Amino acid sequence: MSDRVSVAKTYKLYIDGKFPRSESGRTYPVTDSAGGFLANASHASRKDVRDAVSAARKAFGGWSGATAYNRGQVLYRVAEMLEGRREQFAAEVSACEGVSAAAASSVVDAAVDRWVWYAGWTDKIATVLGAANPVAGPYFSFTVPEPTGVVGVLAPQSSSLLGLVSVLAPVVATGCTAVVVSSADRPLPAITLSEVLATSDVPGGVVNVLTGRADELGPWLASHADVNAIDPTGASPEARIDVAQQASATVKRVLTVPGDEPDWTRRPDMSRLRHYLEAKTVWHPKGT
Amino acid sequence: MSVWEYAPAPESRDLANLQPNYRPFIDGEFVDGGGDPLKSVNPATEEILAEVGTASESDVDAAVRAARRAFEQVWGPMPGAERAKYLFRIARLLQERARELAVLETLDNGKPIKESRDSDLPTAAAHFFYHAGWADKLDYAGYGPDPKPLGVAGQIIPWNFPLLMLAWKIAPALATGNTVVLKPAETTPLSALVFAEICRQAGLPAGVVNIVPGAGDVGSLLVRHPGIDKIAFTGSTAVGKEIQHAVAGTPKRLTLELGGKAANVVFDDAPLDQAVEGIVGGIFFNQGHVCCAGSRLLVQESVADELLGKLRARMSTLRLGDPLDKNTDIGAINSAEQLAKIRELTASGEDEGAQRWTSPCELPERGFFFAPTVLSGVEQSMRVAREEIFGPVLSVLTFRTPDEAVTKANNTPYGLSAGLWTEKGSRILWLADRMRAGVVWANTFNRFDPAAPFGGYQESGFGREGGRTGLEAYLHV
Repeated sequence: MSDRVSVAKTYKLYIDGKFPRSESGRTYPVTDSAGGFLANASHASRKDVRDAVSAARKAFGGWSGATAYNRGQVLYRVAEMLEGRREQFAAEVSACEGVSAAAASSVVDAAVDRWVWYAGWTDKIATVLGAANPVAGPYFSFTVPEPTGVVGVLAPQSSSLLGLVSVLAPVVATGCTAVVVSSADRPLPAITLSEVLATSDVPGGVVNVLTGRADELGPWLASHADVNAIDPTGASPEARIDVAQQASATVKRVLTVPGDEPDWTRRPDMSRLRHYLEAKTVWHPKGT
Repeated sequence: MSVWEYAPAPESRDLANLQPNYRPFIDGEFVDGGGDPLKSVNPATEEILAEVGTASESDVDAAVRAARRAFEQVWGPMPGAERAKYLFRIARLLQERARELAVLETLDNGKPIKESRDSDLPTAAAHFFYHAGWADKLDYAGYGPDPKPLGVAGQIIPWNFPLLMLAWKIAPALATGNTVVLKPAETTPLSALVFAEICRQAGLPAGVVNIVPGAGDVGSLLVRHPGIDKIAFTGSTAVGKEIQHAVAGTPKRLTLELGGKAANVVFDDAPLDQAVEGIVGGIFFNQGHVCCAGSRLLVQESVADELLGKLRARMSTLRLGDPLDKNTDIGAINSAEQLAKIRELTASGEDEGAQRWTSPCELPERGFFFAPTVLSGVEQSMRVAREEIFGPVLSVLTFRTPDEAVTKANNTPYGLSAGLWTEKGSRILWLADRMRAGVVWANTFNRFDPAAPFGGYQESGFGREGGRTGLEAYLHV
């Protein structure tokens, strides 16, 4: 049966729960690590960034307002869907990153486990980071963590799936919504992840995935007034400065990231979750 | 009916122990600053209070180097339990010298003595007392075992609560093991330099706290100094953005506590008399020079007229005048420059169609004063609904439904605070969830406590001050 012609997939963007091409009509060829052609990816534009941000903003109220238990279940469902597509992801990771099939499988396993780890956080964050404040007066005062809003994520350039999951899952676990710019040269796992998100219970617009150049799209995300926070991981050192400067015009939260891409297999801590959270302190008098 | 007039009840200005000259505090010593001296003015009388030495570039550099030395050799290696004892000492010294400092603060800032005495000073001391206890308990703060300090913190504070803002900055920085170089505001440097004396009385090792007076140029030197690990700034959103831009791409850590345009939302079932007290406190406390001031009153349409009537009646009883008089409710605007800003913005409200009502109180002949003012009929598009006035001016808007109240309250790039007034508990919690603001006061306003984190969403800044959450701003986590 080796003479069967396979059905090749068209890789598109993921915006507002749909899979549009770039409005710019631009595409760029994606190759495997040996230079062989894999697919044409959409080359997202500034307009695609704006469409994605407005979808993320529209989705923020519902997603941040959902119960933490509900978000946890939805995110766990994503892990279930990821598990079912392990072979497809392993093939794409192997092709994109040039690693052996066995290494790619273990990357995929780690990515699924990472997603499960964050899914379990949703209904613990407030317990761990919140507080009852012992104020010096007849007041009930408590502090709760709340999602900061729309987050622009420049995903890592090397680690196309595990790195992507490691930067995206904490954003949505907090209740924020995301506009992700995938790895430019290794974008295929990001689009396949979008298909997973679209077929699990994540509402459209909660995660939006753009394929293209982080150094081109990052500054547009950083200067967009409806974006609240930025993760500059996938930008070059020069572009990170540009992103951080653009972000200052609207006082965005800019994640501090290491110069080189970290080892994503390392066990994460709460720092990424914390970065996307605001502390809200509420006071009410007692007895009057 | 006979009316009992208030008799003057002035606090003695001699208590402030004013000196003719104040000098920068670097490496444990008061030094002649290399910058042009500034003259600090009493905004209530326009008299010059004292001449204050300012820091030059080399002074800032010396301060940063002293702070680095102290961090590496003394303060950093010191066990938390020992650091704690210095902070406890400072808290006690502030309490002991509270009367002197309250009068000094009122002279330099223009705020009523009853506020500096009952609010600024006790809360400043409380911040040191609270954070002192954290110094040897950081393992329990939720950031993992043995969290590390950042190093040298450059801190820039505003003029509205000079000593209290100093306490908010220095107490957590020192408790977590950092050393500091702090720049007080140009118009209110005096209490910070008396605080330097308190550091000496507490025996605080040289270089742990350095105070470099000056204007924005000194702040800019601090922000750009390569020897600084962290910048903490409280002030305007415009300057906060400049600072964020300046540190972009550097390893410096940053927290910002910026401006606000808080909504104070009153529902028709609210206890109106209680709400009026909260509204008045929310906007006229400290002459409205408060970043979290409740400057936008959102009142449900059905009670708007009744509430405005009660509000004007209550405002008519506010006593404006000599800040040193213990009966004074509204003191002086901090500077001629700020007074001009308030006048300009208030006039813009009238030009854009808002109705102005100003309390019929007499203004002193000298000094910078602005009578409590309400602008009603304000629309969301007007500048007085969007821009921070930072003065005793309240803008009044109306709403019909809770959803409309939420939309209007959140219709701002800021997000520092919000007030809610309703007797219905479930509505309070529903609204509190929806306010995009770092502090929500329900059936109260302007409550502050070192145990309660404070800070903003969006363009009101990032990072928190106070509570366990506030420690994060000074730790490598």
